[in-house]
Amino acid sequence: MHGYRGQVLRVNLTTGQIKKETLDLQTAQKFIGGRGLGSYLLSKEIQPTVDALSPENKIFIVTGPLTGSPAPTPGRYMVVTKSPLTGTIACSNSGGFWGPELKNAGYDLIVLEGRAPKPMYLFIKDETVELRDATKYWGKLVSETTTQLLADVREPQARVLCIGPAGEKQSLIAAVMNDKCRAAGRSGVGGVMGSKNLKAIVVRGTGKVALAAPEKTKELLAILARKIKDNGVTGQGLPTYGTAVLVNIINEAGMYPTRNFQQSYFPTANKASGEALADEYLTKRVACFRCPIACGRECEVGEEKGEGPEYETLWAYSANCGVDKLDDVIRANNLCNEYGLDTISAGATIACAMELAEKGYIKPSEVNGPALKFGSSEAIIEWTRKMGAGEGLGAKLAQGSYRLAASYGVPELSMSVKKQELPAYDPRGAKGMALQYATSNRGGCHVRGYLISPEVLGLPEKIDRFATAGKATWAKAFQDLTAVIDSLGLCLFTSFALNADDYRDLLNAIVGVNWTKEEMFTAGERIWNLERVFNLAAGIKPEEDTLPKRLLHDPITEGGSKGHVAQLAEMLPAYYQERGWTPQGIPTKEKLAALAL
Amino acid sequence: MDVEVRLFATLRRGRFDRRPQPVADGCRLEELIRQLAIDPKEIAIRLVNGREAEIDHVLQPGDVVSLFPAVGGG
Repeated sequence: MHGYRGQVLRVNLTTGQIKKETLDLQTAQKFIGGRGLGSYLLSKEIQPTVDALSPENKIFIVTGPLTGSPAPTPGRYMVVTKSPLTGTIACSNSGGFWGPELKNAGYDLIVLEGRAPKPMYLFIKDETVELRDATKYWGKLVSETTTQLLADVREPQARVLCIGPAGEKQSLIAAVMNDKCRAAGRSGVGGVMGSKNLKAIVVRGTGKVALAAPEKTKELLAILARKIKDNGVTGQGLPTYGTAVLVNIINEAGMYPTRNFQQSYFPTANKASGEALADEYLTKRVACFRCPIACGRECEVGEEKGEGPEYETLWAYSANCGVDKLDDVIRANNLCNEYGLDTISAGATIACAMELAEKGYIKPSEVNGPALKFGSSEAIIEWTRKMGAGEGLGAKLAQGSYRLAASYGVPELSMSVKKQELPAYDPRGAKGMALQYATSNRGGCHVRGYLISPEVLGLPEKIDRFATAGKATWAKAFQDLTAVIDSLGLCLFTSFALNADDYRDLLNAIVGVNWTKEEMFTAGERIWNLERVFNLAAGIKPEEDTLPKRLLHDPITEGGSKGHVAQLAEMLPAYYQERGWTPQGIPTKEKLAALAL
Repeated sequence: MDVEVRLFATLRRGRFDRRPQPVADGCRLEELIRQLAIDPKEIAIRLVNGREAEIDHVLQPGDVVSLFPAVGGG
């Protein structure tokens, strides 16, 4: 078998039974792998209406056929489950080294079912697979868990995926962490793992991914390596400054959400930017498995050494909380990694709490810690810790901003879509991004169709960020191609340099299929529709394809996007039409049949 | 007249972060870039007062010009 390894590991945590199943190659290819295959299996195996934190929910940890292969950036794996935060399908994607190690051990995916009677971890070394007691690791932070597990299993080259205390406490914004600092961050997938009493998965693999056409792959890799190196973003911007290089451009364009999206320009953004990070804190660039870009940052602040912060994290804790002290943003990021929290949702929830306190909804008497005030470094650090540890009001924050704001009767102060916090781009300044946020199948998210690329960065071509016409077509194309890239097991950042033909060529050479570009896009569209159908069956209404009222009705007051609101109503009908759905946003029978669903 | 120039990422190397820049009345953006001795090929994004601007854009007193190389992330 080429690309895929051919084995599925099914673990029933309730009974302790471990089964090895043969991968159904035809199904795998139909959905490519990764996100697509995981979404198909989740749809097939669980009732979409199940309680996400109940034993009836399942977790699919899935690699793509290119994960672990020699393709550029093949470090990705995905955690697919029903989200306890949004109630939608969740697919959280992470890099590092864990995914390729699972492939090397011989498995394309792991299915986790039921709930263990006590804390357990899964140990995998090639054909050896064991469920082991994890009582001694329960309650431990991510780096300590990782270090201890590696020592205890006596496999120094093994890779560790685990949850931190936030996941154990079933926080709805908990992440699944791997290789200490990489995160399958979004949608509360760490909380689902915690609900199953599974602390970690340690994997060591000594095999490798076979290639269908080794010579052709080699030729192709040389061409693609050159493209990645010659591209300004992947060859220079990301390696030099990391993702945080975006701080200044997004701020200068007047779409850098500030103080819970109350403003969109942060005057002191430059003090906490990618340039400042590189000048003052960067100790080493970090690359995921076989990645030529190396956008990861190893940073030092005082005694602390950690990875990050990424752009989204930096924004969530700086501008969005009104803090410009980069030291403290780095410390908050490190805490998220240690407790296993989604940095976007964690920072955005603190920002929401700050607005709730500012407007008098949260009373000082409730605040068992530093005052929740915009600009407070002490608040971002201590409330992150309290969220991670589930202490007092921190436990309420750990359920995310929507439930927090709703508990005070003002859910509209949560800057979220489908209850998931929006990331670091004010969609009033990029109209296509507004449409993409509203229609993302996992709620508020930037990596389901990154229209910032054409609307602001000019890649692959510059389009007018304030126009609404044509954005439905852009949104669909980006969403479908992203579903393909995720499912292949590659990093989305390759798409700054590579095009759809390049991905098709890689797939054909490594897996040994003979797909056209159109067939590949159809697979992406199939995955998108499958996710939509799951969400509708889970009870998510098309009316939830919307944005917070503030973004729809309140124009931006200053800066490069002044005067703009998100004109969703102008774009949504065109989007549903572009997708071949009913005007109400429901995929038609004909569309689903055409996609072989 | 003066405009404010802001440089970012690799454009800052050997230059500056931000400074006021005297320019002639009616100065176009491309003339300013030439005056700064920046190779136009190095610049991927040009904003004037936060809005995307073409190279023949005529500058006004007090305009804020922000110049970026190719950047991306997310």
